[in-house]
Amino acid sequence: MKSFIIFLFLVFPVEAFRPTLLLGNLIERTCKQTPFYDLCIWSLKSNPESCNADVKKLAQIMVDSLKTKATDTLDLIDELLEDGLALDPAMRRALTSCAERYNVIIRADVPEITEALKTGNYKFAEKGTNDAAIEANSCEMEFPGKSPLTDMNKVVHDVSVVAASIVKIILNS
Amino acid sequence: MADRNPFLPVSSSDGFNPTGTQVNRRKLIKQLLTIFVGLLAVGLFAALLIGNNGSDNAHVNENEHGSLASSTSKKPESLRPVSRGPAAGVSEKSNRPFANVDGNLPWNNSMLSWQRTAFHFQPEKNWMNDPNGPLFYKGWYHFFYQYNPNAAVWGDIVWGHAVSKDLIHWLHLPLAMVADQWYDKNGVWTGSATILPDGKVVMLYTGSTAEAVQVQNLAYPADHSDPLLVHWVKYHGNPVLVPPPGIDEKDFRDPTTAWLTSEGKWRITIGSKINKTGIALVYDTKDFINYEQLDGVLHAVPGTGMWECVDFFPVSKTEENGLDTSVNGPGVKHVVKVSLDDDRHDYYAVGTYHEKNSTWIPDQHEIDVGIGIRYDYGIYYAAKTFYDQNKNRRVLWGWIGESDSEAADKQKGWASVQSIPRTILFDKKTGTHLVQWPVEEIDSLRLNSNEFNQVTIQAGSVVPLDIGPATQLDIIAKFEIDKEALEKTTGSNLTFSCSTSGGAAERGALGPFGLLVLADESLSEQTPVYFHIAKGSDGNLKTFFCNDQSRSSEASEVNKQIYGSIIPVLKGENLSLRILVDHSIIESFAQGGRTVITSRVYPTKAIYGAAKVFLFNNATDASVTASLKIWQMNSAFIRPYPNDKKS
Repeated sequence: MKSFIIFLFLVFPVEAFRPTLLLGNLIERTCKQTPFYDLCIWSLKSNPESCNADVKKLAQIMVDSLKTKATDTLDLIDELLEDGLALDPAMRRALTSCAERYNVIIRADVPEITEALKTGNYKFAEKGTNDAAIEANSCEMEFPGKSPLTDMNKVVHDVSVVAASIVKIILNS
Repeated sequence: MADRNPFLPVSSSDGFNPTGTQVNRRKLIKQLLTIFVGLLAVGLFAALLIGNNGSDNAHVNENEHGSLASSTSKKPESLRPVSRGPAAGVSEKSNRPFANVDGNLPWNNSMLSWQRTAFHFQPEKNWMNDPNGPLFYKGWYHFFYQYNPNAAVWGDIVWGHAVSKDLIHWLHLPLAMVADQWYDKNGVWTGSATILPDGKVVMLYTGSTAEAVQVQNLAYPADHSDPLLVHWVKYHGNPVLVPPPGIDEKDFRDPTTAWLTSEGKWRITIGSKINKTGIALVYDTKDFINYEQLDGVLHAVPGTGMWECVDFFPVSKTEENGLDTSVNGPGVKHVVKVSLDDDRHDYYAVGTYHEKNSTWIPDQHEIDVGIGIRYDYGIYYAAKTFYDQNKNRRVLWGWIGESDSEAADKQKGWASVQSIPRTILFDKKTGTHLVQWPVEEIDSLRLNSNEFNQVTIQAGSVVPLDIGPATQLDIIAKFEIDKEALEKTTGSNLTFSCSTSGGAAERGALGPFGLLVLADESLSEQTPVYFHIAKGSDGNLKTFFCNDQSRSSEASEVNKQIYGSIIPVLKGENLSLRILVDHSIIESFAQGGRTVITSRVYPTKAIYGAAKVFLFNNATDASVTASLKIWQMNSAFIRPYPNDKKS
């Protein structure tokens, strides 16, 4: 009997990691309509506000994630520019250009998207999220050789694409 | 004694029996092992379930402006360069990694400053979108517009203002309205003007309230004797309309110009949606302050989504002039136009207005509004007409956004232009279309011209046109395709569409042929504006009109799509084209404006003196004869209203 009870106690938390049980179907349904399901689930799940959130809130959570990732990337770029890594002029040029693009993501795209979501003018949210993906992509392309930002650019790009997909869902609903 | 059945629960409820410790310990270990294996099994099962959910489909979302989602793979992989072109079909010719020139971004200041237009309306800097409240008053054309005073992206929206004597030479005035009330704190959005019989002006516009609810507000000039209408007053009792029951508080915006009903009331329509059906709500008012919502809607089309910037106006079936918005009667048709939020395109349809129950019925349901004809097959949105009582015409404004990156917009300090205002008339020949044509005042910008008569362009050739500078042009051209080839060519069942074709480089029997604008000497950058004739297996000819942006620039972060549409060409009609080239904007009109395409292009080489114009014919079976006249266009010198003269 005792080990059966212990068994049950240990099983429940494991069962809980199946997303459908804890977080409901909306997140799953929403993420299925984005091209990066895992990233979408993870980004939304890791934010406690996603519990009981509607699609508009999920979009905003994704945008918050975009801002965080973009800020992290910009911090890294600044670090690299301070380091000796920027000795190569081509590398320095690429990093400076990337810094500019990430500035645009954080200071232009994110506020545009946020205001659009808040006021219900969703096409501008779509525009801003699409642009963030382009900026991340363009940054990656700046590097003539190996890019020190590949992983982070990919994350920012993919998060933007997921956000754009969620906005598209709102537009189509 | 060893317990022969280790899976049975321990008999004693509170732990081990101290005397049988050794045996009990082994029992315990076995039980723990069992639990552990059990947990492992459950864990694996759960992992399998999660894994399954992830891999089966996430369907890739195809964005109207090209798919940015390039893969569904879960492995981190290096980014493949993705341009803004469509996901399939067009070869990514210009997709080489872009060589960095001086400056932080691929754009240097020379390229960016070239992009600014010379004779299209745009504010001195920052972001603009929808045209608002256009009107003619006391000798001046007025133009208001959605404006962000703080950045080159949408946000913090207020009303900009400019005036002109001729719809071409504009003078900037101070902002007409800012977000200084609770009922428009989150945005002073789009609206329309109505001129009352006594000549006074009222403006209805949408405000996004402090709670982000969309409401309609009334405003009027502070001083009706000021021809410049510099100062505006908001009605103290705003808002005059709030979202009605059943309408979402974020689906209620862009009130139209009002028209008089036979009962002497004013009537307006406001776009909205119910689920996925786009609708136009109708309201009557006597004073623009109190309204009664009519039962039903002016019109609704399922599947079209939110209707933004609804426009509703009469056109004459027979006359070549415009009609005041209140006109009705025999010989008059009514047009409903909507801007679809879902795909960012403007659609219209011609039909009949039934005033009694305030409904409108399209002449042809297959091309109902939202699913049929577009004002413009390029980048063009939020269009709005007004009746110009000065010249008895209906004039159309349209917002032309950017199709480059926001980083480039930020670097150059501005984003968006307006189209050249167009007169709009019912197309008597087709009965289904409207024809749009740049207002005649634009002819005043024409400087010297070059004429080319009966130039034969052989199949598969390019003819340079020596005209000098080629970034500010007005081109009028006629094309004739070899009649014999038209008849001899065997038709086929293949369907053609501009956007899924290979662009101007994809050769067909009877096309493409037309002009290459903003092209450099080596044609490494070029924007073809052209016709493509397709012959069906039944022998019938279909003509298409396209703009091909795929090689318009070597930069990768710009739109590379091919825009266009089928265009009705009637018996006996020659193919005709008018193209306005003004730096980074190209407006092209086919068949007198029956089909129009506006493109934004951002060449890196084909700029300033390096930009050229060519005739081309990429058909395989036919030669083409072209006659054209090309004018150099002067700047419109759009600038702030001189301070010493302002009231």
